[in-house]
Amino acid sequence: MQNLEEFRKEVKEWLDKNCPPSMRSGADASIPVDEVWGGRKAEYKNPESKIWLDRMGDKGWTMPTVPKEYGGGGLNAEQVTILNQEMFAIGAKQPLLSFGIWMLAPVLLEYGTEEQKKEHLPKIIKGEIRWCQGYSEPGSGSDLASLATKAEDNGDHFLVNGQKVWTSYADKADWIFALVRTGPKEPKHDGISFLLIDMETAGVSTKPITLISGKSPFCETFFDDVKVPKENLIGQLNAGWAIAKALLQHERAFISSFGLGSGMGSGRDLVSIAKKHIGEEDGKISNGFYRSQIASHKIKEHAFGLTFKRAKDEGGKASATASMFKLYGTEHNKKRHELMIAATGINGVAWDGDEFDKEDRNLTRAWLRTKGNSIEGGTSEVQLNVISKRVLGLPS
Amino acid sequence: MKLVLTEEQEFLRDTAKNFAQERTPVTHFRELRDNKDKNLWDRDIWQEMVNLGWSGILVPEEFGGSNFGVAGISVILQECGKTLTPSPLFSTGVLGAYAISNFGTQAQKEKYLPKIVSGEITSALAVDESSHHDPLKTSFKAEKNNEEYLLNGKKTFVIDGASADILIVLARTSGNSGELAGLTLFIIDSNADGLNRIKLDMADSRNYANIEFNDVKCSKKEILGTIETGGETVERILDIGRIAMSAEMLGNAESAFETTIEYLKQRKQFGVLIGTFQALQHRAAEMFCEIELTKSAVMAAVQGADENSNELQRLSSLAKTIAGETLHLVSNEAIQMHGGIGVTDEYDLGFFIKRSRVAEQIFGSSTYHTERYANLSGF
Repeated sequence: MQNLEEFRKEVKEWLDKNCPPSMRSGADASIPVDEVWGGRKAEYKNPESKIWLDRMGDKGWTMPTVPKEYGGGGLNAEQVTILNQEMFAIGAKQPLLSFGIWMLAPVLLEYGTEEQKKEHLPKIIKGEIRWCQGYSEPGSGSDLASLATKAEDNGDHFLVNGQKVWTSYADKADWIFALVRTGPKEPKHDGISFLLIDMETAGVSTKPITLISGKSPFCETFFDDVKVPKENLIGQLNAGWAIAKALLQHERAFISSFGLGSGMGSGRDLVSIAKKHIGEEDGKISNGFYRSQIASHKIKEHAFGLTFKRAKDEGGKASATASMFKLYGTEHNKKRHELMIAATGINGVAWDGDEFDKEDRNLTRAWLRTKGNSIEGGTSEVQLNVISKRVLGLPS
Repeated sequence: MKLVLTEEQEFLRDTAKNFAQERTPVTHFRELRDNKDKNLWDRDIWQEMVNLGWSGILVPEEFGGSNFGVAGISVILQECGKTLTPSPLFSTGVLGAYAISNFGTQAQKEKYLPKIVSGEITSALAVDESSHHDPLKTSFKAEKNNEEYLLNGKKTFVIDGASADILIVLARTSGNSGELAGLTLFIIDSNADGLNRIKLDMADSRNYANIEFNDVKCSKKEILGTIETGGETVERILDIGRIAMSAEMLGNAESAFETTIEYLKQRKQFGVLIGTFQALQHRAAEMFCEIELTKSAVMAAVQGADENSNELQRLSSLAKTIAGETLHLVSNEAIQMHGGIGVTDEYDLGFFIKRSRVAEQIFGSSTYHTERYANLSGF
């Protein structure tokens, strides 16, 4: 085992040499910033984004714990900590955002064959292939296991027909990991398989979804007599539900550590908005009714934040209460946006045009976007079911 | 600091839990109420609590206490709250012990603290003067007369005031109602001449009194803290009280909730357990979340108290608001989910809703503290 201090020195030197100036803190603000998701269709406004991705990908440091034979960094937990510390020290940008890394790779490591790991992991790690997730269907939302996209055994391949929905960035992705029905006669949970499909295969098409808030990354994805090689099946035939659940856990872990990003709406401060649009007297929001609603909301927000801290301090044993955080986090966020647009008045429902400030127009859209928060990733009602059954032990 | 109990606090909690379950189950309170007990708390039970060291938890070791802090007394009150244990622990072990330990002169500490620790005396804090808590509006007068003060006025809703041996009284020594300056705290013997206690009969069947003062004399040696700055002092004592009361209310809520969940798992209607109904399941799940939020708020406030946090006031208002709202919700829902039996006097749940509404008023309602929270947060 290499000495950790030596390792730190190496990392530091490597980063110093290889992390381009615009990928660090203190970069020139005039240089365009890319949101780097990689893949065959990737476009870079700043060429250094691509350089940084390639260098980190070659080192395997976009997934530092994955063994080197699969293209990973082969680092242990202590080394990863050091890598993160040194990247943090120079304010290095994350080289790659990737559903492949956050969701698929952990599943491949657990359920994939040696060939599958060797085929797909290096491309995920280098950001060569961009993945999307094919789970929900028009007829299968909360009841995901009722999904109907079918994959028929045609000897050397599966023939896939059906439709997925809410596939984020499907129009930009190269491959999709999808849940398909391979056992139409089996009980619903026992007839599902986990399949990898190249989006360039004939018969695959996508269509973006416009939300009530406007443009979105979501798409519909259609499969029309799509031939998928047998070797793209992950795990056993009809054993995909367990994999689907494992992947959902990775997804929730990711959401709870990073949040839903821009999907969580506006980060603006409710109190400042209220003071600006409603007015203040002696430092108090001048309309008492707004003020009391905001105060009640702030109190809940404070207690919720403390509960988050308590769960962490208790050592994360509160996995059963993850549903509570999903439920309250999203419901609370919706309420915050309702209060923000109410406090902004007419400007809080502005849609477009120069008569309104851009930040107010954005607020309108952010408010509408939050309506999806309590639906995506398990609805509030599903979370309440989970709490009542798994936490409180209420009968079915 | 981590939002978890220390080993010491866990030990105190376990002791209190055993005590409350074995010595003071809800039937104990029911007996006191049914017998129209004079104090509405039991001397022998109180002495047992004293013997466990509970009246001295906020008292420094040099006066016989254990100095286990607000965190120590709060876990005890939370457990006692689960069985609605009536005792002067809040008025004496929290308010009296904290006030004198932190603001008393050496002579006052020597005079009172050992007696609080041994159970020889109980105390009460007299602040309110109307139907709503508002310390600044104090108009109760204390006028200087040579080396003494003469106290005149009426104090209302004094917790354990019907039985307390000493009273800590907030009085105006100068200025006008509504001003922070000009308030002073006095320690008064409740047997003093000119003092008249009127026992109150409240919905929660606990010990309260209105107290009239008619030229009651008090030596200047019995001023608690400094003269004219009693407004700040009493705010601190009240904040500790609010936090401790929030812990007790959390215990009330946890108990009513647990009873309700058990009922949902046993009661059958239409041939099935009513706990299978989603309409009830979702409301139960929401209560669970509210209780979790309350636990976090109370624990953070308790730690803030022991750390002398500069956020203490805000945390106190946070805890009292959330505890009040949660107990309010749970006590209502518990009755509704129980159906008819929930509104009978024979069943214990009625005690919880009655206690809830009185406790909600103690040292400021959720409305009062929401407004205070907004003021303290700069909006």
